[in-house]
Amino acid sequence: MSTPILNHKQDNPAPRDPSWSDDEWTLIIRPKRSWLDLRLKELWHYRDLVVLFVRRDFVAVYKQTILGPLWYLIQPVLTTIVFTVIFGKIAALPTDGLPPFLFYLSGTLIWSYFADCLNKTSVTFIANAHLFGKVYFPRLAVPVSILISNLVTFGIQYILFLGFLVYFWLTGAEVRPNLWVLLTPYLLLLMAGIGLGVGIIVSSLTTRYRDLRFLISFGVTLWMYATPIIYPVSSVPEQFQPLIMLNPLSPVVEAFRYAYLGAGTVNLMNLLYSSVFMIGVVFAGVLLFNRIEATFMDTV
Amino acid sequence: MTIVISVENLSKFYQLGQIGGGRLYQDLNRWWARRRGQPDPYLKIGQEDTSATKGEAIWALKEVSFTVQQGEVLGIIGRNGAGKSTLLKILARVTAPTDGLVRLKGRVASLLEVGTGFHPDLTGRENVYLNGAILGMNRQEVERKFDEIVAFAELDQFIDTPVKRYSSGLYVRLAFAVAAHLEPEILLVDEVLAVGDVAFQKKCLGKMGDVAGEGRTVLFVSHNMGAVRSLCKDGVFLHEGRLKTKADIADTVAAYLNTIEVNGQASIFDRTDRSGQGTVRLTQMQLLDKDGGPMQSIHPGDKVNFVFDVDGTVPTLGCRFTIYNSLGQSIAAFRSDPKGLEDASDPERPCRFVCQVDHLYLIPGKYRINVMLKALGIVQDQIEGAYYFEVLEGNLDGRFIKQNTAVSTIFPHRWITPG
Repeated sequence: MSTPILNHKQDNPAPRDPSWSDDEWTLIIRPKRSWLDLRLKELWHYRDLVVLFVRRDFVAVYKQTILGPLWYLIQPVLTTIVFTVIFGKIAALPTDGLPPFLFYLSGTLIWSYFADCLNKTSVTFIANAHLFGKVYFPRLAVPVSILISNLVTFGIQYILFLGFLVYFWLTGAEVRPNLWVLLTPYLLLLMAGIGLGVGIIVSSLTTRYRDLRFLISFGVTLWMYATPIIYPVSSVPEQFQPLIMLNPLSPVVEAFRYAYLGAGTVNLMNLLYSSVFMIGVVFAGVLLFNRIEATFMDTV
Repeated sequence: MTIVISVENLSKFYQLGQIGGGRLYQDLNRWWARRRGQPDPYLKIGQEDTSATKGEAIWALKEVSFTVQQGEVLGIIGRNGAGKSTLLKILARVTAPTDGLVRLKGRVASLLEVGTGFHPDLTGRENVYLNGAILGMNRQEVERKFDEIVAFAELDQFIDTPVKRYSSGLYVRLAFAVAAHLEPEILLVDEVLAVGDVAFQKKCLGKMGDVAGEGRTVLFVSHNMGAVRSLCKDGVFLHEGRLKTKADIADTVAAYLNTIEVNGQASIFDRTDRSGQGTVRLTQMQLLDKDGGPMQSIHPGDKVNFVFDVDGTVPTLGCRFTIYNSLGQSIAAFRSDPKGLEDASDPERPCRFVCQVDHLYLIPGKYRINVMLKALGIVQDQIEGAYYFEVLEGNLDGRFIKQNTAVSTIFPHRWITPG
């Protein structure tokens, strides 16, 4: 793994001709890069940096706290309890016949992964302006490391969820995990992709228009209500259901819930729609991000 | 020799002023106008539709071209705002040029700041790995050099303490130690040596000298002419975004100092590169000899009268001046306030300050004077390089004093040698 950061050739013996051809140089800096020059290979060379960013995020967040990483478990449990009391007991929203606690926990779990990815990637440029202004590395390393460190958080919370699932199952609750659970990594990929794509589009645009920062902070909350987190799709009036499914996150949440709890709707066409949306938004995001990264220091 | 950096017609344009507020609307309008082939609707009448003349904007760099050979240690000098840092930022790929091309050969590492990306909550050890990765080292490289880095920073017993508990000196030492152990073919260094204590600065300069000795190419931006002269073989002098000189370092530094002196030759009355409230201004400055005539030549130990004429009086007006040597280091400062026992006032000349120095104990060389007028705590007038003078070689108490750029002052003294 002793790859140099930039592939440089060994010392050239002597200049052959003053008119150098481009391939003798290891790095050429031009005013504008082509839209499609994504330099993903370079990102791969910086994978150690991505790992260290993940470690930093993880270690630094809970330093000087008493409960430390326990916060990763307290957050979803408290949220779920509040949801269960307010939406389950007081508002008495239906939960497809599932135990309300598991219903809300599953929704919170997958939603918070998405929301964290989106919230944190959307401030990539602004939060790291100082760092980006002093040294070059592929800027995509930052959002990619955010996805990974959130995945670690998700993993911890996922184990908690499995624990509760087994407990409810043993006590005879109406839960039916099925083979769809094998789709979990793909569902996460969809959530991560959409969060990343939207996040880096927002982060690219906020270098010019700071307004988007305010929009995103409550926009994510609003988006949650447009996603079947606190209610099942089946409880939505028939004529509005296609509208809910237009939200690319709805099929993912429903599929996740169906896989572990056995209730809800899972539809391959809807998942395909989410996948196409994810690929589109990631592609657009990465293109825009690469475009902005070259000169954002002048506007930020 | 191999050319490892080739800069061709490099230009960088900066839009000044406020960004935001109505920006989206303007951007959309501008874009729509362009789509229809119409001119930019926000361009003022009479301006040409080129970015060169757009509103409040400057060319931080304009058509700069030069090449750097392998192993060259190049000092980049110029006044503030001359484009030095912009040039380094483009080479470091922190920002993109507006026009032109740069071609590089080999791995590039930039050191625009020490401790970039240090996280206060992480320990020294964790930060070494993180900072190393940010600067472009992979994990194996950092591991291999880890002990060396800690030894260089001299902080082995603190390596597992969070860096927020470090003193600022310790912090800078660790940060620089990481940077100093980078092994790029091309190293870009901005004014980062201005931090840390003197002993550590020397160590860093030595380390940079080693780097250069290993056939690596170094580009070094600094205001410290002493450091530039001792480190670099060649120099680039930038002035207002343009390349003025690329030559060996002595000639480049001389060219740079000359442009400052050209400013100094203009009449003080006409100079615009001054700051302060301006109720009272300096109109003339001169050096007079012991008989009150203009100073023809200055030798070590001569009596010199520094004379400052101003264009008015305000209560509590005071005059200060500082003498700098040719390396830009301050040598001595003088101020009319607070007063001394032998101070006097001259009612016949209400607008003149005279500072009488019985013996000017300066080593032969070139010196510059900055002047400031202050009243009631408010700066009235401030001029950098208000006056330039040269001290010539000569005898002091019978001892011949030669030119010496390493020191600037001399004290009257005598020796008793073994008999």
